[in-house]
Amino acid sequence: MRTALCLSLVVLGTTGGEVTVTHAMKKIGEVRSFAVRSLLSFLRRALREGWFWAGIGLLALSFFSLLALLSWKDVSFVIPATAASYVTGAVGARLLLGERLTPLRWAGILLVTLGVALVSLSG
Amino acid sequence: MTSATSLQWKTYALLAPIVLFASTGNVLLGKGMKQVGEVQDWSPSGLGGLFVKTFINGWVWLGIGSLLLFLVSFMVVLSWADYSFVMPASAASYAVATLMSHWLLGELVTTLRWVGVAFICLGVALVTRTPSSSRG
Repeated sequence: MRTALCLSLVVLGTTGGEVTVTHAMKKIGEVRSFAVRSLLSFLRRALREGWFWAGIGLLALSFFSLLALLSWKDVSFVIPATAASYVTGAVGARLLLGERLTPLRWAGILLVTLGVALVSLSG
Repeated sequence: MTSATSLQWKTYALLAPIVLFASTGNVLLGKGMKQVGEVQDWSPSGLGGLFVKTFINGWVWLGIGSLLLFLVSFMVVLSWADYSFVMPASAASYAVATLMSHWLLGELVTTLRWVGVAFICLGVALVTRTPSSSRG
């Protein structure tokens, strides 16, 4: 039960956090130069963006659930078992971020999910 | 080079540190948390003690450092690329970790795991054939 609860927090926290951070990054705009000054300016703008902090909060929830889970479960189980986040992430990208997912991209995401699940079974 | 092609190459260039730092960070955290030990006492004082043990563990800090570098690379690439592109493409970290454990650490990798890695590689190959940004 505690494994299922922690795993759900890891998966949903990751998806919610990453979708929220993506929204924040799109609001800030494309990084066009990799010069240190330009990257620092990008990070400063990110740190002032509320959506970024909401995303970091969800990722922190996911991270501490992951730490707890790793204390009684092997990395070889925990990391591959989070494969579900590929599907929840794709659904989140489509519904919350309005990204256009072509059939080719969906096929790739499903193959990745299946592959990660197989790696998990072999762990 | 067209703008779309340049964007695609820029995305590939940032996927490399994402894959590297994500896999390294998770392995380091796993090593650290195994040293900390299993959560057995769920009382506030028990959890407090575990929290302290976790945050004085060097492997945990190396893992956190690696995951922070992953986060910055991830943030930068998401400023132009689709999340639904970056997320599955970064799963290449499973293939990299398996190859590293086999070739560098000499670990035995089962057939099932190789099949899983092949599926991941095929999936990543399909995803990376789509434009990295659906915004055009």
